[in-house]
Amino acid sequence: MTNDAMTTDAVTSDPVTGDVVLEARALRTRFGSADGGLVAVDGVSFALRRGRTTAIVGESGSGKSTVALSLLGLIEPPGRVIGGEVLYEGRDLTLLSEAALQAIRGARIGIIFQDPLSSLNPALSIGSQIAETILAHEAVSRAEANERAVELLTHVGVADAARRAADRPHHFSGGMRQRVLIAAAIACRPEIIIADEPTTALDVTVQAKILRLLHDLQQEMSASLLLITHDLGVVAAMADDVVVMYAGRVVECADVDTVFHAPRHPYTRALLSCMMGIEGSRTAPLTPIMGAPPDLRAPPPGCRFAPRCPDATDACSSWSAHLLRRSATHSVACRRVDELSARD
Amino acid sequence: MDALTSTAVASRGRPRHWRLAAFARDRAAVLSAALLLVVVVACIAAPLITSVGPYAADDSLRYASPLTSGYLLGTDQQGRDELARLLWGGRVSLAVGVVPTLCASAIGLALGMAAGLARGLLDGIIMRTLDVLFAFPIVLFAIALAGAMTPGINTEIISITIVLIPYIGRLARTAAMEVAAMPYIEAARAAGGSPLEIARRYVFPNVLSPVLVYATTLMGLMIVVGSGLSFLGLGVQPPTADWGAMVADGRIVLNIAPHVTLIPGIAILAVSLAFNFLGDGLRDALDPRTGRRSRAA
Amino acid sequence: MSRFLISRLGSVIPVMFGVSVVVFLLMQLAPGDVATALLGPQATVAAKEALRHALGLDRPLPVQYGVWLTHAVRGDFGVSIATQEPVMDLVLPRFLNTLVLTFSSLLLAILIGYPVGIFAALRSQTVFDRGAMAVTLLLGSTPPYWLGLLLVLLFALRLHWLPVSGMYDIAGNGGLGDLLRHLILPAITTALGPAAIITRMVRASVRDALSRPHVRVARAKGLPRRRLLRRHVLRNALPPVITITGLQLGYLVGGALLTEVVFDWPGLGSLLYTSITARDLPVVQATTLLIGLCFVLANIVVDLINVLLDPRLQEG
Repeated sequence: MTNDAMTTDAVTSDPVTGDVVLEARALRTRFGSADGGLVAVDGVSFALRRGRTTAIVGESGSGKSTVALSLLGLIEPPGRVIGGEVLYEGRDLTLLSEAALQAIRGARIGIIFQDPLSSLNPALSIGSQIAETILAHEAVSRAEANERAVELLTHVGVADAARRAADRPHHFSGGMRQRVLIAAAIACRPEIIIADEPTTALDVTVQAKILRLLHDLQQEMSASLLLITHDLGVVAAMADDVVVMYAGRVVECADVDTVFHAPRHPYTRALLSCMMGIEGSRTAPLTPIMGAPPDLRAPPPGCRFAPRCPDATDACSSWSAHLLRRSATHSVACRRVDELSARD
Repeated sequence: MDALTSTAVASRGRPRHWRLAAFARDRAAVLSAALLLVVVVACIAAPLITSVGPYAADDSLRYASPLTSGYLLGTDQQGRDELARLLWGGRVSLAVGVVPTLCASAIGLALGMAAGLARGLLDGIIMRTLDVLFAFPIVLFAIALAGAMTPGINTEIISITIVLIPYIGRLARTAAMEVAAMPYIEAARAAGGSPLEIARRYVFPNVLSPVLVYATTLMGLMIVVGSGLSFLGLGVQPPTADWGAMVADGRIVLNIAPHVTLIPGIAILAVSLAFNFLGDGLRDALDPRTGRRSRAA
Repeated sequence: MSRFLISRLGSVIPVMFGVSVVVFLLMQLAPGDVATALLGPQATVAAKEALRHALGLDRPLPVQYGVWLTHAVRGDFGVSIATQEPVMDLVLPRFLNTLVLTFSSLLLAILIGYPVGIFAALRSQTVFDRGAMAVTLLLGSTPPYWLGLLLVLLFALRLHWLPVSGMYDIAGNGGLGDLLRHLILPAITTALGPAAIITRMVRASVRDALSRPHVRVARAKGLPRRRLLRRHVLRNALPPVITITGLQLGYLVGGALLTEVVFDWPGLGSLLYTSITARDLPVVQATTLLIGLCFVLANIVVDLINVLLDPRLQEG
């Protein structure tokens, strides 16, 4: 079934939508040992296009953050990537040595994590935590790196940066810490920025500011942004392309307009209707998704959404779930996609 | 004295429940409990196990090595049966490990609970006093106390008890303060429960279990410390000998009859280790949150 | 920093005062009568009374304590009952010898415990890790004096590699080489127990630091492994480890006291042993007070090092 997923929807360079800078093919990641563990990411494929923003969206536990970590080989043992490829500049990152990955991490691909409170080392000044990214990748003096750290801090909106660079993280609020982490992630002007739920841990008022900052930086550096989130509002505001994940797999993959206006997978539709309900839209009534996400230690056979799907039939539970291509930019992992589209 | 502190930190916590199943799964703890039981029974039943008493010297058979016929563990420099001495001595060594720890637990529990619940002046007085006792390294303090009194088993027990009180007192105080901050204590207070009643019904059971776990681990350590006092001659006096005194006896004949030194030392090591494992097992059974980390850490 | 130091020193004064009270009261625990001990059993009642009066023993306890303390702070602990020498003359040279043994043992315990603990944490659940944990568990329960005897048996009596006892050879000229040869076995004996505890604590602390989210962030920055471990793991694992190492001092001193007796090391431990046997209480008092005070001071030093490493503690 992983092979299916790979062959059916291997996204390659496309003249219409721009070229691909990073591509995951049939990525599989396991946590824990071979017998007692679980496969958190099971055959995920998607492509990140140059200069664009791709959002990976899903509930917590859908494996979206694990995808982010897997891309750069940041899964902690005994967990590991057990299959698939991550293609970047013609190389498969899953095959690279730790040293080769070090040269890419922070320099070419920067990551911003979910929890700014624990993502900074409490024992080190924030300036030095930005400067260390530069020192790791460029032949510059410590003084020069520190100077650039101050510039970066100013750039991400930390006032009085020259003085505050010497402060330790506990003097900063959550939003300010996330700005520091963004500065550290973009210090070497990476061409790809991965942001793993960058605003989840922040106050609502701060969330918009951080997203604005990320968006501006991306534009300014013409970087590609992989945004991982559970928040469809964020997706609507930021993304060009959307990858919807459920229980470790991709269920739908499309540009942002298609996802919001012509979603095809029952899970995507359910997700949207939840959001519409919450936001008080008059057009769609609130429809909660029945049941709970599956236990990945013993996932249901066939389509993993089938047990909760209002449109599932018996056949869905024996179907080798894989993405079906609907158009150049739209793929859906639903056996009944044509029937259901016709019904609408 | 960090074996003490680390256990104290790991074993304090919120209300807890016994989980016998968890304890039964811990093979090391169950084996240790069995070993301790065997040792205790053997020491009590010493007269039934050995035909010779611990003081019966056989001049014709000195320094006999272990497995000599009639002397399973050999004889010492006076031709006394090592096995008999080990079993009789075990009574003293076990008592020195267990009795002071229990006494100190009772006193420490009372002081710690009083300090933790009353707070204010009483807390200040108790804790400052315990701080002073903390200032002494445990072995030094035990030696100095025992050295100032007449040597003997009572001296040994009293001095180890005094040395242990601050450690247990501090643990009990922390645990009592944690429990006292719980909403249900507030509720009991609001419902008009008297302070003593609250202390007895709600606080005591919750403070008791971490203290018990800690005390179990301490018993192992105190067998080592107590044997050290006996090794220095501050404990039981000849011809009575506990394991520490037996090591001291063997020291003179270390080169010609090493088994006289080795055997009691192995006994101390094994029993102390068993108490450690038992303490770990009890902790896991009481508090699933600390889990296997206790031994790993 | 200086404000922290002052407040920390301030909090220690009552503790030191308490320590002196406890040490003074130790004397009162002693059975028998000092005058009888000094003059012998056949002394007349009048002679004993006169001596008691001369020593101030007929005065109330708080007064006795005051007199004793004013002398003690000037380093005057009276004369040894056994040798009639001033107590300080007996104690000071022994004190230096104990410092030599304690500090070399501490150094050894650190040199063993830190690398082994760090390595075990980084190689978690490997044969090395499990082996290290088993050995440290065993050492933690081993009586130190017994361990010393085992080492003597093996390395001195059987292999003849190292001397059995003393600080210098009787015939030796007391050079540094001679000292080191005599130091090896006692230092190892004293160090192994604390080394075992330090190893376990270092391992736990490094494992804890490794699991912190900021380590993953640092990896994501592409830091070289060495720099990552130094800046983001060891730097954070260090403060609790230093506290634990400091706490070992007490354990170490206790172990050293017994080790000294096993190896006839001319330090405070063997002095304490002989003076307890001789019921030479002024010496017991001075020794106990000295070690107690050193222990209190050592704890302040540990606090200071931690504040230097992590200024948050000072602000808190």
